[in-house]
Amino acid sequence: MSNKDRYWAKTRNLLFVTLAIWFVFSIGIFLFGAQMEASSIRPLGYPLSYYMTCQGSLGIFVILIFWFAGRQEKIDEEFGYSEREDD
Amino acid sequence: MIKGKFIDNLPKVYGIYTGGFIVFILLMAIAEQMGMSAKMIGICFVAFTVSIYAIIGYLSRTLQVDAYYVAGREVPTVFNGMATAADWMSGASFVAMAGGIYFKGYGYMALLVGWTGGYVLVASLLAPYLRKFGCYTVPDFVGTRYGGNLARLSAVIVLTVASFTYVTAQINATGTIASVALDIPFQYAVYVGLISILLCSLLGGMRAVTWTQVAQYIVLIIAYLLPVFWISNKMGAGFFPHVMLADEVARIGELESQFGFVKNSAADLATVPKGLAGITKAHSAVNATPWAFISLAVCMMAGTASLPHVMMRYFTTPSVKAARRSVGWSLFFIFLLYSSAPMLATLSKLSLMDPTLPTGIIGKSIADVQAIDWYQNWNQANLMFVNDFNGNGTLELNEFFMGGKAVVLATPEIAGLPYVISGLVAAGGMAAAMSTADGLILAIANALSHDLYYKIIDPKAETAKRLIVARVLLVIIGFAGATIAALEIQGILGSVIWAFDFAMSGLFFPLVLGVWWKRANSQGAVAGMLLGLISGTAYLVWVRTGGAGFLGITQLTFGIVGASVSLVSMVVVSLITKEPDAATQKMVDDTRIPSGKAILGKQH
Repeated sequence: MSNKDRYWAKTRNLLFVTLAIWFVFSIGIFLFGAQMEASSIRPLGYPLSYYMTCQGSLGIFVILIFWFAGRQEKIDEEFGYSEREDD
Repeated sequence: MIKGKFIDNLPKVYGIYTGGFIVFILLMAIAEQMGMSAKMIGICFVAFTVSIYAIIGYLSRTLQVDAYYVAGREVPTVFNGMATAADWMSGASFVAMAGGIYFKGYGYMALLVGWTGGYVLVASLLAPYLRKFGCYTVPDFVGTRYGGNLARLSAVIVLTVASFTYVTAQINATGTIASVALDIPFQYAVYVGLISILLCSLLGGMRAVTWTQVAQYIVLIIAYLLPVFWISNKMGAGFFPHVMLADEVARIGELESQFGFVKNSAADLATVPKGLAGITKAHSAVNATPWAFISLAVCMMAGTASLPHVMMRYFTTPSVKAARRSVGWSLFFIFLLYSSAPMLATLSKLSLMDPTLPTGIIGKSIADVQAIDWYQNWNQANLMFVNDFNGNGTLELNEFFMGGKAVVLATPEIAGLPYVISGLVAAGGMAAAMSTADGLILAIANALSHDLYYKIIDPKAETAKRLIVARVLLVIIGFAGATIAALEIQGILGSVIWAFDFAMSGLFFPLVLGVWWKRANSQGAVAGMLLGLISGTAYLVWVRTGGAGFLGITQLTFGIVGASVSLVSMVVVSLITKEPDAATQKMVDDTRIPSGKAILGKQH
């Protein structure tokens, strides 16, 4: 496999991991809205379903994007595809 | 005079600007104490902020193509994040979303998840690659990647349909606010709004829009957060509402079961002015089926990743790396407002509902409520209404009606905050709607001027001529949008949701597969764009005209139909037609790595 192919394989894996986390917090947990509401886990005292829609999932997305950007930068460096700073 | 040094001095420039704005708020507060009228305060807030944006727009004027289309690709990560947040958060987010949550509770909180989750798709699937590509507009990417004028033209069509639906809603929002704040009829206020919008973008294109959007973000975030914190503290609900409102949320649940949700008869409802609604759904309880919630969230997420005005913001960053990080910053700045919207809805609802609070009106006598100042003002603006349906003389929960916009605009007044806060909120709403309208009008005008005029009709046109065409189109589209907005066909939130569905129907898969599937070819992309848009639109028309729909897909989630058709037709047509040539495949390979030259040159 060429450098480019290995780079792309790794980038694609990162995409799958990112999308899997995204799927869980944007779709997965909302399949269980009623169960979340009944749950005894109550972050900051809010019902879990309410908390996830107004802060939980949103905050996780912010962190997820920064984490993704950091990982992707590492992959870029590893394969020598980083941009020059002045680019 | 502003170049070069300006970019290096951004934190300082916007720091001074923010300080100046806070001083202005304080001056207005003092003026109010000294007896300045509410009307005058409203006018000052709107006029002051709009003239600042106009000055920024004028200072950012340009005669260069890459400055006009992509702000010279030198916008730093964090500032691009702020500009994107303003570009993104429209009248719908600022004025209408808290209202939607207020009325529909959990079911509409799907919008919060959808309008943030979409950024994960933007960051991982599209933005960095389109930035590497070096295009000026979204159809520029489609046209170059797939090749051929037909693909380019199809992308222009989808973009125009989606963005135009969206922009009418934003001009409607600027008109609503201008008409309340300046006290002029809506039909004229729409054009006042439009001229303010054009002042920001006409001379400097993307460069001017970028720097005004940063300024608008600062105004809108102050205007949204200040009242939320203030009301929360005033009510004694906690000094940091976002983490301390659990008791208030529970209290609303108690009051709901105490009052009960009484269903009004059709005859009673007929007396309620159009567009107003009462509270009919639980505030925090799970009141939507998982599918209703998820399908709305999915449409908003895929729509986010396909809307051109957001995507083109990431064309302005200096590098691919900066584009990725910039998406994170965008979402962070959006998060600040979105996580506050449910809190505002909670505080607003409790202020009105709780009989133990001095501001509570449910359970009071109808005559008392009708005598309240703010009730009279908002009733006059056709945004509030009470009617004693059961004739017992007291106001019941099902007898109070409010317009969605009023939740944000009127809450400071209801909670007894000084009028200066209402003026600030009006300025914030205006900033939110203007910044989005600017981004959208520019996206449409750029697509028409760059892709339709320059790339298809007259490829030999000179720079000066191209930029004149771009500006003429900007004005024409603005006026067309304002004219349609003045007709008030659909509410703000409804039109915005439609725009996402249109964008998702036609553009989501052609964009994503353009990067991630080398085998995708021109014929497939054209089929995907056109059939997606047509099937989505057909479904919308069918449901709107009384069709039953299927799989629980409503007029708010018709993008699911469009995007599914788009994906299937794109894959099938691509596979039965010829593979893209070697040059195109090489182009995709180059798009996928951050280093090296952009596919399209600096000037094209």
